[in-house]
This record gives sequence, C-alpha cells and structure tokens, in this order.
Amino acid sequence: MLSKSQAKTFFLGGTIVTFAIFLGMSWNTMSNEVPKRTHEENLTPLVIQGKHIWEENNCMGCHTLMGEGAYYAPELTKVYDRRGEGYIKAALMSPVPWSPRGRKMVAYNMSEKDADAVVAFLKWIGEIDLNGFPAKHKYNKSNQPNK
Amino acid sequence: MKYKSQKVAYWFFALSMLLLTLQIVYGFIMGFAHMGYDGLHDFIPFNTARAVHTNLLVVWLLSGFMGAAYYIIPEEAEQELVSVKLAYIQLITLALVGVVAIVGYHFNYWEGRKFLEIPRPLDYLVVLNVLTFLGIILATLYKGKKRTTTSLVLTMGLVFAALLYLPGMIWFDNQTMDSFFRWWVVHLWVEGVWELIMGGILSFLLIKITGVDREVIEKWLYVIVGLTFISGILGTGHHYYYIGAGKTWLIVGGIFSALEPLAFLGMALFAIAMYRKGEKRHPNKIALSWTLGTAIVSFVGAGLLGLAHTLPSVNMYTHGTLVTAMHGHLAFWGAYAMIVFAIIAYTMPNLTGRKLYDSNRGVLAFWLSNIGMVGMTVAFGVAGVAQVYMERIVGIEFGEVQKEIEVHFFILICCATLFTVGVGLYIAEFLKYGTPNDEALEKN
Repeated sequence: MLSKSQAKTFFLGGTIVTFAIFLGMSWNTMSNEVPKRTHEENLTPLVIQGKHIWEENNCMGCHTLMGEGAYYAPELTKVYDRRGEGYIKAALMSPVPWSPRGRKMVAYNMSEKDADAVVAFLKWIGEIDLNGFPAKHKYNKSNQPNK
Repeated sequence: MKYKSQKVAYWFFALSMLLLTLQIVYGFIMGFAHMGYDGLHDFIPFNTARAVHTNLLVVWLLSGFMGAAYYIIPEEAEQELVSVKLAYIQLITLALVGVVAIVGYHFNYWEGRKFLEIPRPLDYLVVLNVLTFLGIILATLYKGKKRTTTSLVLTMGLVFAALLYLPGMIWFDNQTMDSFFRWWVVHLWVEGVWELIMGGILSFLLIKITGVDREVIEKWLYVIVGLTFISGILGTGHHYYYIGAGKTWLIVGGIFSALEPLAFLGMALFAIAMYRKGEKRHPNKIALSWTLGTAIVSFVGAGLLGLAHTLPSVNMYTHGTLVTAMHGHLAFWGAYAMIVFAIIAYTMPNLTGRKLYDSNRGVLAFWLSNIGMVGMTVAFGVAGVAQVYMERIVGIEFGEVQKEIEVHFFILICCATLFTVGVGLYIAEFLKYGTPNDEALEKN
C-alpha cells in the first residue's frame, strides 16, 4: 500500500515535471508562435492605443473577444469583417446608447480619433490565426462570422 | 478554540458574508438585464455589474481562505498568531482596497481584463496586503511547535496564489500575450493552487470531524493535490485553444484538462471514505454536511461540467457562450464557496462557545442554497446550449438568439431567489452565534 512519503513524492515529482513542460511550451508559444500568428509587426501605436481604450472601458464586461469576456453582447473577434468600419464607429461615437434589438450599450460618445484606434485594434484582432475560431455556421451560410 | 488569536478568523468570515450578500445583489441586476429589464443601465451598466459580481466573489473567497488560515494555522502549529494587531490591520486594509475597487468600477476606474479588473495602483496595495497576511502565517508556522502536512499544504496554496498574482500585472501590447498570462493567474488559481487551499481546509475538517487518523488523511491529501497539479497545470491549455497560441495546446490542453475531473473525483471519494471510516461522530452535523457537500458538488460542478465543454471540438462552439457561465457557477459554488461555508460552520461554535449547531434552519440553508444553485446551473445550461445551437451552429444573429433565451433567465432568477433564501438563512445562523469571546477557550 502507498506510504505517505511515496504520496509526497508523487505530488512533488508530478508537479515539477508538469510545470517544467508547461514552462517549455509557454516559452515556445511566446517566442515562436505568438509573433507569427498575431502578426506582431502590425502592432502599430494606433492598435495599442485601441487596446488601451478597450481596457479602460471594460468592453470585455459585456462582449467577448477571441471568445473571452462576458456573454451579454456580441462576440467581436471578426466584427471588422462582419460589420465594417462605419458601423463600429457609429456604435462607439453614438451619444445615446446603441441598442440593437433593445439591449443597450453604454453611450461612449467617443471622439473620431479614439474610435479609429478601437477600429484598428479590432481589425488587428480579426487577422490573428485562432485555430479556426469562430467556427463557420453549418446552416445559415450567408451569415458567416468571417465573410 | 485553543488559541486566543484564532478569534481574528471571525472578522474575516463576517467580511466574507457581507461581500457575498453584495455579490448576490449584483448577480440579480445582471439576471434581470439578460431578461430584458435593464432599468439600472444608466447607473450600473452590465459591465459594471459584471466586474463587481466577479471581483466580490474573488475577494470574499480570499477573505474566507484567510479567515480559515488564521483559525487553522495556530491550531495545527500549536502557536498563537505572531501578531493579532497586524492581522486586524490586514483585514481593514483588505476591506478598504476592496471597497475602493468596487466603488471605482461604477466610475469607469478599472482595467477591463476579465477577473483582474482591479486597476494597477490598487494591485500594488493588494500585493502589500497579501504579503502582510503571508508574513503573519509564515512567522507563526516558523515559531510553531509542529508543521503538519495539512498546514503546509494550506500555506503552500496561499503562497503560490500570491506569487501567481504577479504575471497578471505585466503589461503586454499584444492581446494574445495579455490573455496568455491572465490565465496564469485565473486558471492556475482556481484549477491549481486554490485546490491546495481547499484540500488543506478539507483535510483539517475531516481530521476534526471524522476522527480518522491524521496520517491516513494527509497521505491521501498528497495524492489529491498531486492529481490536481498534474492535470491542472497543463490543463491551462484549454484556455489557449483559440486565443492565438499554437495547435499543440489543442492536444496537450485537451488531454490534461480531460483528466482534471479525476482530482475532484479523488476529493469526493476521499471525503466520503474518511466519513465512513471515522468512528467519531462529531455533533456538528451542519459542518459535516458542508464538508461532504463541497467535495461532491465540486466534482459535479468543476469536474464533470468542466469536462462537458473542455474538448477542443466542443469548445470550438461553446467558447464564449453561456455554457461557460453554467460551469462557472456550480464550480465556484461547489469547490470554493462551500468549503468556506464548511469552515465557518465548523469554527463558529468553537469561536463563540455556543453549541447551537443542532438547528433546522441550518439544514434548510444547506438544501435551499444547493437546490437553488443546481437550478441556476440548469437554467444557464439550457440557455447556453440553446445559444450554441442557434447562434454558433445555425447562424442566427446574436441579438435574436438573446431574445429567444430570455425566458431561461426568468427561471434563473426564480432559482436564484431560492438560493438567496438559503444563503440568507445561513447568514442568519452565522449571526445567531454572535461574536467570539475568550470564555470559549475553556470550553474546548
């Protein structure tokens, strides 16, 4: 039967081995995968400014981006392809709550400059290689997430 | 209660109960908004309610864990806490930072990163606060006569939880990197080191309640936390499927996160086996219910419901839908809220010297809150699965789908009401005991 010291070895050994593998994989992801898949060369100051605005307003508190965030408002990974620049800017710059089908967004009343930055950020997001996410719809093919 | 300084635990538990109450209020605001009643939109928009709801959860659970540590460590180490005054200062500053953060969320003062919304300047205060807490715990252990496995596992969980907060504070320009390290905090907390904390508390409770030999309980504790780390660390990969990381994570994350339920199954079997093996029948049956309950519900909520959407082929469709909310609610409730409820239920009679545990209200609190939460989970599940089919598979517009599933939020709110009554009764029980006092020392 398993002794307490064997159980302790199992815990410590298992933890060290899996953590070492995790660190190695993380290193590979950081140095080889992410720069290519996210097209890091396209991370312009405007895109970074867009990320700041995205975070300052906690957009993730309602929307999802790359599937992460809250489930109150639409997924925005491919929104640049789906809706285009004009629609996104209209929603951001609206002085009254943007409310398609009645569900209200905060009225950000953004300046055109800020809205351009958010659009640049969302455009950059849309070009990341996400292993096929969001999945293509199986039926309504006229309304694909990425046209 | 064996040591005077253990009394400080009570105030951490009281803070927990207060913040939990607020968390539930904000939960209702979101439930109604999902149903189409967003009358508070101008004052508390959804993103504010959401940040408050999840952050209050984290803070009240941490406060509960800290209270648990302040109770358990003196008893296990056979040593008074090195400084009670510092522990009270730590409590007050924790509450202050929490309040400032929560109020700030109402005025757009935050960092929109899911679960880590606390703005950077406050992050440093959190770090300072947690360092104070760890200082007290570690110094007490160091001075103490004994270093038991239970206390070491609990402390290890707390130390790692503090260390893992740091990667979340690094700024990245790249959203993918930002997300990548955000999960080092969030995933490695809840599916890693918090399980160590839970395991430590569970082991303490089982030793006290079942009377089974410490050596046996602590041996299995090692096996369980071993399983947790072996599956959970590489299981982080399930958050890396679709955020811009490579394809290897699909395989590694898929395999290891499919193993994650084993740790929770281990925990459930362990608790039940120890209960059956124990000859001692502790009179505090309510504490026993919560202890066995946390082991079983965490297996269902965190283990099985996690497995339900963890494979890459399933997650491709469920990622970023209400299916996640389904899993999240029962997982946090089963694994972490219930363990805090268990330690509170066990410690209150000891802290106050009032053995009031034989009460119908306590039993009712247990069942109503659990039935309510299971009902909420089912409502989220039905809404989530309907959303996945309509929006992700068929291709109906997001907003149209949300209209279709509004009705499930009515059911959600009904179940949440039941849950709230249960929690309310639990808090009433908590208040019934009154405050801790030194007279309780002799009675043990």
